[in-house]
Amino acid sequence: MGNDLSTAYLSLSAVLFAVGAFGLLVRRNPLVMVMCVELMLNAVNLTFVTFGRMLDDVTGQVIVFFVLVVAAAEVVIGLAIVVAVSRRRPGATADDLRVLRG
Amino acid sequence: MVDLVWLIPALPLAGFVLLVLAGRRMGEPFAGWLATAMVAASFAVSVIVFLGLRNEPGHVFTQTLFEWIPAGDFRVDVGIYLDALSMTMVLFVTGVAALIHLYSIGYMHGDPRFPKFFLYLNLFVFSMLVLVLGDNLVLTFLGWEGVGACSYFLISFWFEDEANASAGKKAFITNRVGDWGFMIGIFATFFAFGSVTYARFLPLAPGLAATTATFIVLMLFVGAIGKSAQIPLYIWLPDAMAGPTPVSALIHAATMVTAGVYVLCRVNPLIASAYDWVPSVIAWVGVGTALFAATIATSQYDIKKVLAYSTISQIGYMFLAVGVGAYWAAIFHMVTHAFFKALLFLGAGSFIHGMHGEQDMRWMGALRKLMPVTSVTFIIGWLAIAGVPPFSGFWSKDEILTYALAHNPGLYAVGLVAALLTAYYMSRQVFMVLYGDARWSASSEAEAEAKARVASAGAGEAEVSAADGQPAGTVTEDAASRFPEGFRPHESPWTMTVPLVVLAVLAAIGGVLNLPFPDSLHVLEHWLEPVFVLGQPAELTYSDLSIVGLLVVSTVVALAGIGIAAVVFLKGRIDARRVEPAVLQNAWYVDSSIAAFMGGPGYELADGTATADRLVVDGAVNGIGRATRWTAARARYLQSGFVRAYALMVAVGAVLLGAWVLTKVAAW
Repeated sequence: MGNDLSTAYLSLSAVLFAVGAFGLLVRRNPLVMVMCVELMLNAVNLTFVTFGRMLDDVTGQVIVFFVLVVAAAEVVIGLAIVVAVSRRRPGATADDLRVLRG
Repeated sequence: MVDLVWLIPALPLAGFVLLVLAGRRMGEPFAGWLATAMVAASFAVSVIVFLGLRNEPGHVFTQTLFEWIPAGDFRVDVGIYLDALSMTMVLFVTGVAALIHLYSIGYMHGDPRFPKFFLYLNLFVFSMLVLVLGDNLVLTFLGWEGVGACSYFLISFWFEDEANASAGKKAFITNRVGDWGFMIGIFATFFAFGSVTYARFLPLAPGLAATTATFIVLMLFVGAIGKSAQIPLYIWLPDAMAGPTPVSALIHAATMVTAGVYVLCRVNPLIASAYDWVPSVIAWVGVGTALFAATIATSQYDIKKVLAYSTISQIGYMFLAVGVGAYWAAIFHMVTHAFFKALLFLGAGSFIHGMHGEQDMRWMGALRKLMPVTSVTFIIGWLAIAGVPPFSGFWSKDEILTYALAHNPGLYAVGLVAALLTAYYMSRQVFMVLYGDARWSASSEAEAEAKARVASAGAGEAEVSAADGQPAGTVTEDAASRFPEGFRPHESPWTMTVPLVVLAVLAAIGGVLNLPFPDSLHVLEHWLEPVFVLGQPAELTYSDLSIVGLLVVSTVVALAGIGIAAVVFLKGRIDARRVEPAVLQNAWYVDSSIAAFMGGPGYELADGTATADRLVVDGAVNGIGRATRWTAARARYLQSGFVRAYALMVAVGAVLLGAWVLTKVAAW
């Protein structure tokens, strides 16, 4: 695999990460925010795979699986919270949920 | 037989526990009989143990009951160290205490807290036995504090009266000052020897550096001064007679005040290792106290206060004996003093009982015929303390004075003057109480005379009484308004007179414990000798003839004191007011000076300390708290509850972290 192609993968990853982070900060819908988090995680996964290939080491690919598992678990819990909240309240806008404020 | 020694303190403790659990249900008089039986049984066991101890090698028996404080190198066991010294103490403490218990059954008759009184008494005896029998300084200190606490409970036993409550507090607080010294002494002992067990550290004492030994002895001496009421910490003892009279007898004769002398005798090898000025300090403090307290005793009117100052004075003699190295003489005087002082206090209590609570000797007189048993026994006690041969006090006091002369003529001279005063003030008391006019009687022809006498005395005493805090009118009222119609003093019940008779016999013949010669009659000295082997005890180099000379001098001094008192109080040749100056009636104004100091500069000092504490210490503590709260109040705004705000913070943080890493990488 050529160096220029690796640069392209990493650049794509950086762009995906930035898009995810921007979405997380800007959107108010918790579902969309969860999707943005997934986007960021996958951007990171992409870098792991890329570096794994570059260094000829499988560790990168293995870590990706761990990240996927954790992300799946996180999404399940996150969605469960969102569902629970939307049942008790009229909506589930993130900015309305501020009971944990100091 | 010696194995039974643990029973000696256990029996009073059992009595205490039983009375705590069921004292109220037992009620009067059973609770009193139980307590008395426990202490009497303890005395019986002591006698058995004594017979057994005589067969032990070196008259020493030790027993470890259980491990108490194991902490690294530091280790304290609850153990018993029984030697000739502690055996002697145990015998007279339990014996005299048993008699005092019996007496209390009669004296405390009708008191609403009758069982509680005996509960405290038993605890008092238990504490004293722990103090005496403990095999290490920490256990001794436990008993030391125990008697302190019990004295507080008992002195303020009638706490409804404000004066009694504050007398208890005074005793407690004054003793804390002494306890400070005692504790420092214990710590220093541990640092010097690595052990506080007598059997371990006392044999090592001769190898100790003089400076260290001096420090330890002086600190223990401070503790002894507090507990045994010597200058300057004697101030609690005269007030301690605010408690019921048996308590005064117990504190003054058998338990608490002897503790200081006991501890100094116990650590006598340390005194031998200290600088040679240390024993002199002890001797001078003792003889100084003996003289000082005796001067005050000459002008007191409260029958128990005279005896209280007398105790301070007599304990002073014991410290004098310790200071000159005549330890057995100190113990000898302690034992005879226990007999005659318990006798005198219980006798005084009997007079007070017969006079329906009157304690002022100016209202007594002519009680000799109405209270015959008390009077005869009281006279024996008087002759014993005054130093008239062949009563016990004569022998023990003369022994101390003989050794004092061998050590330093100055000590002997001061001691002799104190002996003269002792004979004088005790005779004054006897003449005022037992002889003369019946000043309590409103109907007798003596009344007019008594009135005139009181009135003439009143002129000089009015301001004195006012300064003393008592209403100035006390001495000028007449007997009729002070005592009920048809008032007549009466003899006390048998529970009170029997102990008096027993103690009178002991006070009369107690001298046989240690008659001066021949040498084989030094029973107590030879018995106690093993304890003082390491302590370089004093040696006498006089011939028997000069000892006889000193005995004659002592006798003459005692008779002179009695004679002077007879001239003043029996014959009335000299006006009593001229020999009782206000300064002595007010105890050299020591108490009022202390009160004035504490109310003035002392209060300012305490106030300043409190202010400094509030501003500096509390200020620092509260300042830290306030700063934390202020920071938290600002920081809470960061926690807005907006998830996206948190995410932004994380993002910003990540960017900053990334930027920092990049600069590092670039530099590299």
